Amino acid sequence: MRSGVVIFPGSNCDRDMIVAIRKITGKTPIKIWHKEYDIPNLDLIVIPGGFTFGDYLRCGALAARSPVITSIKNHISRGGTVLGVCNGFQILIEAKILPGSLIRNKKLLFTCRETTLEVQSCIENPFLSGLKIGECLKIPVAHNEGNYFASKDLLKQLKEEGRIALKYIKQKDNEKNYNPNGSTEDIAGILSNNGKVLGMMPHPERAINYLHGGTDGLKFLTNCVEQIIG
Amino acid sequence: MKVIINVSLKDGVLDPEGQAIKFSLNNLGFEHCSDVRTGKQIILNLDQNSETEVLKQAKKMCEELLVNTVIENYEINILKD
Repeated sequence: MRSGVVIFPGSNCDRDMIVAIRKITGKTPIKIWHKEYDIPNLDLIVIPGGFTFGDYLRCGALAARSPVITSIKNHISRGGTVLGVCNGFQILIEAKILPGSLIRNKKLLFTCRETTLEVQSCIENPFLSGLKIGECLKIPVAHNEGNYFASKDLLKQLKEEGRIALKYIKQKDNEKNYNPNGSTEDIAGILSNNGKVLGMMPHPERAINYLHGGTDGLKFLTNCVEQIIG
Repeated sequence: MKVIINVSLKDGVLDPEGQAIKFSLNNLGFEHCSDVRTGKQIILNLDQNSETEVLKQAKKMCEELLVNTVIENYEINILKD
């Protein structure tokens, strides 16, 4: 599988993502610098987490206006697959590739901890289609602006179109802080209307080894690779 | 020409920073403060003399980069010398 990881000034999860993909595919993803206009045909482009451009103006706002975004949009219009994680999700939203907005966490705290995600019933997509609906994945989050906000109309549209991919879910009935950021309807990740672009706040590349405390991220990424290569 | 752009969150968008400030103000004894909304100010210098052109440019900048129109409103003011 040919994959690439986009790097902006301030990206900091690029290496972890490269390690994770290499572990699964045996091939090292290419690094794509944000100033590149021409990127080769790839099966998967990942926009990793980080603090691109120091989170200045709004998280992901400046990265979303970088030259590479035009190439990514072309890749998407050719039916290409894109995964945006954390700051990568914020960039996809700022670039208007995914709808809605990611605002400050409800409790104003940078949250760095494991969350439990539930796979939602959604349109066919290369990220979750091999997993069971309702399946739970333990994947950590680490962000300050991950509170997904959508207007009522947009939320209705996302539901009708089956584009809500992942939600934070309780492990116990009395669990209160299962949603780390206060996102609307516990949304953790959403899909584009063709299902080929997924933006998610949790970091699968941070759960690929038992030493990380879990390997559900590896399970998620492995499934994603298997779905793409068919 | 100097342009001041005030960016604020739209009504209905949660402003946790504003909420935190409000609670703090209430704790300080300002009980009548019932709501706080935060925003930001962006000051630009445009090397142009036509006010209409400056307004047009500033609006374009807001729509293309400075403002997230999904959650934010903006107001453009030209500062006259």
